[in-house]
Amino acid sequence: MRRIAAVAAAFLLAAPGLAPAQGKSAADGIAEYRKMLEDGNPADLFEARGEALWTQKRGPKNASLERCDLGRGPGVVKGAFVTLPRWFADTGRVQDLESRLLTCIETLQGIPADTIAKTGFGRDEQRNMEGLVAYVAAASRGLRFELPQAHAEERAMYELGKRAFFYRGGSHDFSCASCHGEEGKRIRLQDLPDLTKNPGDGIGFAAWPAYRVSSGELWGMQRRLNDCFRQQRFPFPGYASDVTIALAVYMGVNAKGAESIAPSIKR
Amino acid sequence: MADPMRIRAQAAGDKTTVRVLMSHEMETGQRKDASGKLVPAWFIQEVTAQLNGKTVMTAQWGPAVSKNPFLQFVVKGAKAGDKIAVTWVDNKGDKRTDEATVS
Repeated sequence: MRRIAAVAAAFLLAAPGLAPAQGKSAADGIAEYRKMLEDGNPADLFEARGEALWTQKRGPKNASLERCDLGRGPGVVKGAFVTLPRWFADTGRVQDLESRLLTCIETLQGIPADTIAKTGFGRDEQRNMEGLVAYVAAASRGLRFELPQAHAEERAMYELGKRAFFYRGGSHDFSCASCHGEEGKRIRLQDLPDLTKNPGDGIGFAAWPAYRVSSGELWGMQRRLNDCFRQQRFPFPGYASDVTIALAVYMGVNAKGAESIAPSIKR
Repeated sequence: MADPMRIRAQAAGDKTTVRVLMSHEMETGQRKDASGKLVPAWFIQEVTAQLNGKTVMTAQWGPAVSKNPFLQFVVKGAKAGDKIAVTWVDNKGDKRTDEATVS
């Protein structure tokens, strides 16, 4: 009898050791899949297109974007992405990358910003935006997020973003925080980062823009947010609208010190 | 005209790893657009790689290959400074050639 008990005890001891060795979690599988794709991230193609667009003379004013001020002075691309959104004196607004690019395209090239904002994602001028955001983000790859919060407007946008983040509504009574307010949440197999704090290097805010393998498109933060609104069954936010910028300020300030890997690759 | 490819060729000893990213829609001809009409097939059919002008690899592709495809292969005997050229031809007859230097 005692021998049987000893054998059973041995089994009990062995069992917890066996389980992790056999089962590879879904998250491990996805991480492995991403690793395999990293070497050939098609975001590189968008980055190259964006670089060409940056220097190409276009629009009614036949000008390039080389004088565009992204917050680090006219024409400075490197390091700009990790400080956005920020306050801009010339427009008197806090702007994220995409709304700032709209300003530059309108003032320098003469292409009306509201026409671009109304264009559906992935079409016409919005296709060019994909390239431009990839190019600007890639110039700051490996740098750490450091959004300025010195201006009162920037702090106000953070508070607005925080409110929008926790605002519950829609047919499902969802808020951003429903999925992104604590660790260990998933949508199907996708792990969701906790965006109320710094989720770590290259996660959450630090991973977008990203190439989506499933759709073969490059998504900027605006499109990412637009799809989050869709999943919450909220009305779609306006492209480059203040609420999207406020949410970006909230996530960006929370991600202070996180390393940007954008443009990354996503399922 | 199609966007340029991104080609990287890295020599390690006798072997050179070539990585190619191509910009292409790769439509299968099976998908329908918003109005219900078939999106015509449009994909890369032929891929050729040349090392200093000599063909080292040919491939026949079909509609099962993904959008913006990534191709990686290993060439023996390439040295730093050699030229690797990759060409694709799609089913519409469009073609594109890009070149990279082995590093």
